[in-house]
Amino acid sequence: MSGPQYIRTDTLALHAGQQPDPVHGARAVPIYQTTSYVFQDTDHAAALFNLERAGHLYSRISNPTTAVLEERIAALEGGVGAVCTASGQAALHLAIITLMDAGSHIVSSQSIYGGSHNLFMHTLPRFGIETSFVDPRDPQAFAKAIRPNTRVLFAETLGNPGLEVLDIPAVSQVGHDAGLPLMIDNTFATPYLCRPLDFGADLVHHSITKFMGGHGIAIGGVIVDGGKFDWQASGLFPTLTEPYAGYHGITYADEFGPQAFVMRARTEGLRDFGACISPTNAFHILQGVETLPVRMARHVENARKVVAYLDAHEAVEWVAYPELPGHPDHELAKKILPSGCGAIFSFELKGGREAGRRFIEGLRLFSHLANVGDAKSLVIHPGSTTHQQMDDEALAAAGVTEGLVRLSVGLEDPDDLLEDLGRALKASQRGR
Amino acid sequence: MEFSVDDKPVFAATGGRPFDPALPSIVFVHGAAMDHTVWALQTRYFAHHGRNVLAIDLPGHGRSAGPALADMAEMADWVIRTLDALGVETAKLVGHSMGSLVVLEAAARHPKRVTGLALLGTSVPMRVTDALLSAAEAGNHSAFDMVNLWGHSRDGQVGGNRAPGLWMTGGGLRLLERSGPGVMYAAMKACNDYTDGLDSAAKIQCPTLLVLGDRDAMTPPKVAKSLAEAIPGSETVVLKGCGHMMMAEQPDQVLDALIAHL
Repeated sequence: MSGPQYIRTDTLALHAGQQPDPVHGARAVPIYQTTSYVFQDTDHAAALFNLERAGHLYSRISNPTTAVLEERIAALEGGVGAVCTASGQAALHLAIITLMDAGSHIVSSQSIYGGSHNLFMHTLPRFGIETSFVDPRDPQAFAKAIRPNTRVLFAETLGNPGLEVLDIPAVSQVGHDAGLPLMIDNTFATPYLCRPLDFGADLVHHSITKFMGGHGIAIGGVIVDGGKFDWQASGLFPTLTEPYAGYHGITYADEFGPQAFVMRARTEGLRDFGACISPTNAFHILQGVETLPVRMARHVENARKVVAYLDAHEAVEWVAYPELPGHPDHELAKKILPSGCGAIFSFELKGGREAGRRFIEGLRLFSHLANVGDAKSLVIHPGSTTHQQMDDEALAAAGVTEGLVRLSVGLEDPDDLLEDLGRALKASQRGR
Repeated sequence: MEFSVDDKPVFAATGGRPFDPALPSIVFVHGAAMDHTVWALQTRYFAHHGRNVLAIDLPGHGRSAGPALADMAEMADWVIRTLDALGVETAKLVGHSMGSLVVLEAAARHPKRVTGLALLGTSVPMRVTDALLSAAEAGNHSAFDMVNLWGHSRDGQVGGNRAPGLWMTGGGLRLLERSGPGVMYAAMKACNDYTDGLDSAAKIQCPTLLVLGDRDAMTPPKVAKSLAEAIPGSETVVLKGCGHMMMAEQPDQVLDALIAHL
């Protein structure tokens, strides 16, 4: 467009959501380590409680430090607003309970984080919400699984652990044709590599514990409202289009229009279930978000070198990374993830489970732990950790094999990483 | 609340309280290609403080049926017919941007029906650049971007929303994108063509407040000065550091100014 331009991504990562502290001039975002906020008078107090005025009243519902993080992530994702939560799982739960009640149904990709799979498969059914799992590479499978009581389609930008690239435009169209929103877990890609809302998704969910925070020091989650989905036209979401007694009969879609979902999520789900993030954790994660663009570029650069090394190594059966020509989603990745496919990927060692054990124990720089998206390089064996609750059938559907190893490539000197991998690969093949 | 004017569906938000014409009424009128939701942080307060609130969607906007009306006189008369349809004899009118011109014209044409005015983000004339008019006429998305960017101050574009977690320019853009085909062009042209506003301003008989933002790039205070001078006895509040989308950028300051006036 000619004329003025929106503030760009690298600048948003540093500035969005914050004005310098008006009292002391602090440039950094201060940690507002407070539970509560003094009301100006009784009328002001009543107005805050009744959504007649905006502002903070209790840090379970909102906090000034957290609000900066929320605005910043909403800006980076291109949404209308966001709610941060105590963890990524809390964000997923918050989104679901905002959208639906007992008796509802979810259509989910089968290749998702093990924790999300547990929530859908084992926990939500206790509360009357069922999930059908489908192949993320088949948009029509989502369509076929939709029932009259379905309320959301769910998938990850990059599937876990197989890195299936979701055809977001196709799956979102399937949802919209049925009056349903598409929610995307964008944890692996981050808004630096992919903005799902730009491709037609309606809600974005993150574990901001991972690349967004980026240093493995704080747990947090976020749900971002894209503001495009027409809840009124769909007619399937009474939580957003019918009066809610919890705020004197408020109808969120009437009052807040494009921001209806995020307002309901905060003022009901966060208020009543209370899975808020601490202000200090929000501050820690903000430090990571400020450098997200430069870190992600380096993560991807390092990951490409590691992928190339492993792909050529004789001890490696295969590497699953969408930038490799042999990956089933190679062409789709160019469209959905043009700047790179992230720094988390899996590969299969020759020699199966025992080789995998020797490989992990042979590593010195890569840390063996249950996390991804750290500045430091990480390794895990999904079959015995993140995906251990899944039965053989579910494991196979999710592409988890016995010898599968997942790496999260960090920011170390890539030559040091290759040396570490070389030693461990050699160790893995002893005795074969 | 849904009702009919001229046999066409109309929507008005009532601030979370039932419509009650026995109470003193305040009518809020939004700007071009927007809708009632721009008033979310003002209407609930008044509705819960003894007023009958109507934040109406102009024809073709929000949830009211189209087509969009072509000029300020038509829109002004339509607002009064809305009062007729709901059995509201008199009301105070609050308008933002294009809506400020609508309520100005309504007060000039129907002085017995309007007992108070608040004009937010206003100026006469309200010129629209050729670039914006052309983009709106062509239905280019850049028209939304121009309004969204010029509508928010630089601080507003950075954020720091009073409403926790809401990204101001994201919400502003989505709202504009919801407008139907041709609505923005019709509204922008109506603003641009409204050349006799100062004559209407001289006819105003009710107490009138202007609320302006000193960082407003669309209706700068210096352009609004002639309007303020033309309205007998008008008062002006200038919000420091505030852009055109003042109800989002400084919701409390806008509300406080309205509370003091209305």
